[in-house]
Amino acid sequence: MSDVLAVAEHRQGELRDVSGELVTAGQELTDSTGGALHLAIINGAVEEFADDLSLDGVDTIHTVDHGEEFNHDVYLQTLTQLYDELDPEYVVTPHTVNGMDYAPALAAEVDLPLAPDVIDFTNGDGLTVTREQYGGKVETTIDVAGDGAVVTVRPTEWSRTETAGEATVEAVDAGIDDGAVGSTVTGFEAAAMGDIDISEAEFIVSVGRGIEEEENLDLIEDLADALDATFAASRPIVDNGWVEPGRQVGQSGKVVTPDVYIAIGISGAVQHVAGMKTSDTIVAINTDPDAPIFDIADYGIVDDLFDVVPQLIEQFE
Amino acid sequence: MKILVTVKEVEEVEDDFEIDGNAVAETYLNYDLNEWDDYAVEEAVQLGEEHDDVEVVTVTIGPERSDETIRQALAKGADRAIRVWDDALADLTMPDPVTTAKLLSAVVDEEEPDLVLSGVQSDDTAYGATGVALARLIDYQWAAVVNHLEVEPGAETASVHRELEGGVEELTDVDLPAVFTIQSGINEPRYASLRGIRQAQSKPLDVYEPSDLGLSAEDLTSAFELTSLYEPESETETTLFEGDTEEEADQLAGLLNEKGVVEG
Ligand SMILES: Cc1cc2nc3c(=O)[nH]c(=O)nc-3n(C[C@H](O)[C@H](O)[C@H](O)COP(=O)(O)OP(=O)(O)OC[C@H]3O[C@@H](n4cnc5c(N)ncnc54)[C@H](O)[C@@H]3O)c2cc1C
Ligand SMILES: Nc1ncnc2c1ncn2[C@@H]1O[C@H](COP(=O)(O)O)[C@@H](O)[C@H]1O
Repeated sequence: MSDVLAVAEHRQGELRDVSGELVTAGQELTDSTGGALHLAIINGAVEEFADDLSLDGVDTIHTVDHGEEFNHDVYLQTLTQLYDELDPEYVVTPHTVNGMDYAPALAAEVDLPLAPDVIDFTNGDGLTVTREQYGGKVETTIDVAGDGAVVTVRPTEWSRTETAGEATVEAVDAGIDDGAVGSTVTGFEAAAMGDIDISEAEFIVSVGRGIEEEENLDLIEDLADALDATFAASRPIVDNGWVEPGRQVGQSGKVVTPDVYIAIGISGAVQHVAGMKTSDTIVAINTDPDAPIFDIADYGIVDDLFDVVPQLIEQFE
Repeated sequence: MKILVTVKEVEEVEDDFEIDGNAVAETYLNYDLNEWDDYAVEEAVQLGEEHDDVEVVTVTIGPERSDETIRQALAKGADRAIRVWDDALADLTMPDPVTTAKLLSAVVDEEEPDLVLSGVQSDDTAYGATGVALARLIDYQWAAVVNHLEVEPGAETASVHRELEGGVEELTDVDLPAVFTIQSGINEPRYASLRGIRQAQSKPLDVYEPSDLGLSAEDLTSAFELTSLYEPESETETTLFEGDTEEEADQLAGLLNEKGVVEG
């Protein structure tokens, strides 16, 4: 009978969806360990969040009120203390940008192995996790040795628990040592996105690193023009400074939901897919038949974009 | 100011590949400098160009083969390099990120840098974890997913932007010394010049065994055991348009008409 400790995520006054997913993942683990599911809510509107996260399967919610926003030192100190008190077998955190900022430190601190960006797990004789490798071209299963683990779960891989439950809420006196808090959040800023808004577009033609050179981008812009579609891009194209940031689709860019999304020379990395997977119809043009984009594409052409795109433009001119 | 940059040589898989046991068959693998580490090297080299007395040192846990990748970083302007390897490490098929961080921490103990720059994640295994685990092990401060960095030699704090999801950036002041995991797009990594490539050949590249750094066999066991590696099953039925390019384009045009997104 060992317990599981899950950690909620919030930002600027809002719980993030992944919190409800962590409850589901945590519950899957307690189903196998037979122990209790604890949920830590650190900072923010803890009481309101605790109400929202008193969900089916959660036994105890531990709240810590030490500021409005995420701070990794407060998280680390609190979670270390909870870990020592509760002695859970597994700690489950989200594989988000903030998760990446505290989960590895926690694993190092309490000397547990870290299993990052997990998309599935089984727990019988020990923990076995499923993860992707090589940008999603292969999946692996990995046995994680040790008396427990910090597991960071990929957002949207588990469904959100929505059924209300009756968790006990306990305010924790974490006795935060402010002297050991070495980073201070001074504010938030919207990344410079320019005036373009691709999030409402109904038809998107999007280009990725398969385009190779900046000069070649004209080809895709011509296609977008010929089709009267909105032109967008994956991150490397924006990182290179070839396309304005407002056109970036993905986790750190825009989420788009068009009727049709054509991904040209885009591999389909998880952070890109996060921004376009709810498009009605997804079309991929890619030379690599194993590119992960084909795992979510409804239609595909396995061919060279430099051959296919000119043909397509011709059809519409 | 001394800056240590963690540089990983990553595996890249060719389009068509075969799996041999629990690995992609060696003939389908290519090796390269990790994309995110390229940005970290550039950030360090630029700091060196802006300020006097900045030394940029790279560290790599990897076999002799990675010297080629390490020379790339030297050609782009790093001053010297360290590589850690021995037979026991070669036998570790899958080091977990905390184990890798332990190895790197032994190098930090030797070098005592003011700043450590690592990449947000590795292209191949994508743990997104090594830099922050390292920070905790060496008792440095840290920030993950940094897309803007301001730091002066001798300063007590650095100012960074952390790139959160959905186009939001967190502005954070971080006490030094610190580890920053560098996000792509923070700068424009340079191509190595011919002169740089020539100079790289004569820059120091020191190779250590873990035991030289005071690490024991116990420090070098991985919590991970790879039990299977396979091509994932597709989540959707994908209809492939086949034929010559004209036929492919034709079918796609037909689909776009049918979906009503173009005038037919
Ligand atoms: C914290 C974080 C946030 C991120 N946020 C985002 C984000 O918001 N958006 C985003 O897109 N990425 C994001 N990324 C990056 C992401 O991990 C990938 O690196 C990126 O999406 C890859 O872009 P790509 O598909 O264009 O390039 P690659 O992965 O390099 O793929 C290029 C594709 O082009 C194909 N190709 C090559 N030549 C041709 C040809 N001639 N014809 C047809 N196809 C060809 C190749 O087969 C390959 O599949 C983020 C990463 C991190 C760590
Ligand atoms: N074997 C290694 N040698 C040097 N640096 C590494 C190694 N593995 C990981 N790193 C560093 O840690 C970062 C994050 O890697 P990961 O946690 O594996 O995704 C990389 O961008 C590198 O900077």
